Amino acid sequence: MAGSNTISADAKPSLPRGVRLVHNEAQGGWVLLAPERVFKADAIAHEILKRCTGEASVQTIVDDLATTFNAPRQRIHDDVVKLLVSLADKKLLEL
Amino acid sequence: MLAPASLPSPLGLLAELTHRCPLGCPYCSNPLALDKRSDELDTATWARVFREAAGLGVLQVHLSGGEPAARRDLAAIVKAVREAELYSNLITSAVGLTPQTLKTLADAGLDHVQISIQDSEEKSADHVAGYDGASVRKRALAAEVVKLGLPLTVNMVVHRANIARVEAMVDLALSLGASRVEIAHVQYYGWALENRAALMPTREQVEQAVAQVETLRTKHHGQIVIDAVVPDYYARFPKPCVGGWGRRSINVTPAGKVLPCHAAEVIPGLEFWNVREHSLGDIWRSSPAFNAFRGTDWMQEPCKSCALKEKDFGGCRCQAFLIAGDARAADPVCHLSPHHALVEQLAGVREDIPYNYRHI
Repeated sequence: MAGSNTISADAKPSLPRGVRLVHNEAQGGWVLLAPERVFKADAIAHEILKRCTGEASVQTIVDDLATTFNAPRQRIHDDVVKLLVSLADKKLLEL
Repeated sequence: MLAPASLPSPLGLLAELTHRCPLGCPYCSNPLALDKRSDELDTATWARVFREAAGLGVLQVHLSGGEPAARRDLAAIVKAVREAELYSNLITSAVGLTPQTLKTLADAGLDHVQISIQDSEEKSADHVAGYDGASVRKRALAAEVVKLGLPLTVNMVVHRANIARVEAMVDLALSLGASRVEIAHVQYYGWALENRAALMPTREQVEQAVAQVETLRTKHHGQIVIDAVVPDYYARFPKPCVGGWGRRSINVTPAGKVLPCHAAEVIPGLEFWNVREHSLGDIWRSSPAFNAFRGTDWMQEPCKSCALKEKDFGGCRCQAFLIAGDARAADPVCHLSPHHALVEQLAGVREDIPYNYRHI
């Protein structure tokens, strides 16, 4: 099995070519467009994904979210890793 | 005319740019009566259709055919999809699409490429496509797609002649650098219905192939996404065809006719509207064909009182007509259909006869 359950804190996640985060009123908010698939991004997913620019590390993203939303760092960390791993497994994210 | 408050927003537009194609695959989903080149919509009309689609909430445009590269204005069409802020997916045979054109498409904003490959064995693949040398060209173009940094899906249509090679097909997709592979069992409409006896696998073959896909998904988890289109003649429950009639998808034919699904024209008595005369929004909301089987009011028993009616929408309307003789009947694939035995009987008709290749 090639998938894994952890991500290095130094990894700088980005959306690969062919995966785009867009806002669409008719579909009720933010959606992630991917090869022949569409995923609705809830508010949390959107906040995480818009930071996946290939420039910020996972650690930076977690710190930023914890500060912005004044939330426990560990919980944010777990949410971020869970989402990023699931997207990477679906080939929707580069790490 | 006022649209019902609950009118859904479509997600995808299948743009059949042309019916012209160098290949002759005997399971082609195009209708038996193909549109002529002289009847094809022009670039400007397609651009308008894409803008109207975006206005309806469509997110993705699947540029298909025939072979979309048979159109000289393909780059302008891709650009128009991008300008409408939609996601563009090119569904190609890769035959007749040069690396130069592909580069132009990538520069115009193409998001994703899907290449069909007829088998992992080259000789068999070329035989199915009815085109000598197709395999070599497809593999070469797949490499170009990856080189340009575009995501690649390999589409493998599965039937009796190649069903034993599902594992080799996934390995081939991996070796070509695809991030996604479709193992698509033939659906029997259009040319595939004409060739059903020559294409139909046995129940044992299908069960083995389905189990193999599960094993391969685990084995290649995180490396490649394996999506499967299930072989419904051996199923007990029907597929939620196109995600429900007039609910998620729109299909525009080369000549501009707008269909709820690519096979819908087989159902007699449906009135389809054309983008030359109506806006896509009007068609989605008000055309008789789109409203014919929208929602659940049209259903009969056993669908009407079924707990799954909002999940599978009674299955496929075309299949209900083609096999049960009534487009309002339950899809006979469903074990609750009074016509279910007929499906098993039809699946039992298998003959090793030459393909009736798709032709004009």
